[in-house]
Formats: sequence, structure tokens, C-alpha cells
Amino acid sequence: MLVRPKQGILDPQGQAVEASLRRLGFAVDGARIGRVVDLEVDAADAASAHAQVERMCEQLLANPLIESYEIELAEPPT
Amino acid sequence: MTSPQPRVGVLRFPGACDDRDALWALAALDAEAVFVWHTETELPDLDAVVLPGGFSYGDYLRCGAIARFASAMESVVEFARAGGLVLGICNGFQILCEAGLLPGVLRRNESLTFVCRDVPLVVERTDTPFTARCDQGQTLTIPVKHGEGNWYVDDHGYAELEARRQVVLRYAEPVNGSLNDVAGVVNERGNVMGLMPHPEHAVDPLLGSADGALILSSLVESARERYLITV
Repeated sequence: MLVRPKQGILDPQGQAVEASLRRLGFAVDGARIGRVVDLEVDAADAASAHAQVERMCEQLLANPLIESYEIELAEPPT
Repeated sequence: MTSPQPRVGVLRFPGACDDRDALWALAALDAEAVFVWHTETELPDLDAVVLPGGFSYGDYLRCGAIARFASAMESVVEFARAGGLVLGICNGFQILCEAGLLPGVLRRNESLTFVCRDVPLVVERTDTPFTARCDQGQTLTIPVKHGEGNWYVDDHGYAELEARRQVVLRYAEPVNGSLNDVAGVVNERGNVMGLMPHPEHAVDPLLGSADGALILSSLVESARERYLITV
């Protein structure tokens, strides 16, 4: 799952990185820094895995006041 | 006869570092201060709880996010919901926000740097159990030391907060990018407070300031009143 600062929320880390990239000569227009959490979940199917991870996001992995999250399911290991 | 000492519990999480200072300061201000280990499932008989500063669980994920689920915290939430006095200092403030006992969230400082210095604070309210010994509009000098003290709540939330007068302390100068220079807030009921500055580091003139004692002795006195009512 991917957590990132919500739109409109100040992201000083992103701003610092953007400024550094500009100094390096890159034409960057905005940088936001989030975090990736890779999870291995025991679940019967994709829908229940998604539901579990969503609950994890709500309870712990993201703070809904300032962060949004996206869940992406990978193929289960064979 | 000496007045009875209220009993104040200081929670200890792995990674806390200001727990001893908090215990010492509370004892110096005439409380019976006791440590409460984070794995406790029940609080001892307490008249107030202090969540001290530090870096509980290494500040992993978000500051206070893991400590919030410590078993002792469940009891603290119950204690607070029952009207018990709870003060969160620095990391303790972050934990109370994550636990939903206080509004807002503490983000990385705007400067991205750790701030460690004495800061001037303006007392916005004296009708709380935590500031009763202060004067309205008084400027206190208390140190901060944090990397994530940049308090934030959305516009709607802030308007509600102002309407209920929940901002108790404000920085008198920019410190960390905190919205409207908020340094400390109470919950709606007024029995839970969090602040980023460290009153426990400012209880003796030898430490540079004794203004922190005004906050902690307000808490001790309020706890004593509650103790006397229940006796």
C-alpha cells in the first residue's frame, strides 16, 4: 500500500527534494514524498485481502487527517 | 497536617526519555509520582496521568502511532473518557492525537530540522486544570525539543476548536510551522491536554526557567482537589 500526504497538505520533505532537484537542473514542478508498505496477507481471495488492508490503513498505517492511501494487490505467491 | 499527595502516573514506553524528569518534577511539586509500564492492562489508582516525551517505539511509522496501541494506553483512554486528568508532553501529545483524545496531528517541522531551545509561550486560558496557576496572557519560557511539532488540523476543525476555546498555549514566535502557532490544546471537556514544550525541563531557575512548574503544579493541584473529593 502507498501512503502519501493529502493534496493541499504541506509537505516540507517534498519541497526540500523539489528544491534540490531544481538546483541539479531538473525542471521539476512539485514533489511529494509518501511511503510504501509491502504486506503479505493471509486471505482467501483478493477482495478479502483488500478489505483487510483497508482496515489496517484506517487503524494504523495512514493518518486520515493528513494522508491518503492506495492499495495495490499483487499476485499471490505460487 | 500536611496536605495529601495526589498520585500521578507517568507512563513508560520503550523509547521514552523524559519519563524520569517528569517523575522528578512531579515529586518536587508535591505529587506522589509513580511509573506505569506500557504493558500494564490496568492503571493503578491514580488522580492524573502524564504521558512523557521521548521517541516511543522509535517514532516508527508516525510519531505516537504505535504507542497508541500499547495496552496501558487503552486504560488511559478509558481513564480520560471517565473524566480523568491526562497531560501529554511532546511525544505524549503526539500519542494523544493519534489516539483521538486530542484534535489534530503533529507533522514534521516546517524547517525539517530538530528544534531545541527555550521558546516564549502565551497562556490563552487559565480556566483549565493544567493552567490554573498561570495568568491570562502571561508569557512562559519553556524549552521545546522536537522534530515533529508542527501541529495541524483542517480549517473546519480549527474553527470548531476556536469556538470551544481549546487552544491553551501559543508560541509567541514561529517555532515549527504549527498552524496559528498552536503549542498546546485541550479536549472539549477540558480534562486532557497536550503540549509540545517540556514543562518538566523548566521547574527550577537553575534549569533556565521555572515556568514549567506553573503547568505541572496546576496539574498536581487539580489532581489533589479531585483526590480530596473522592476521599
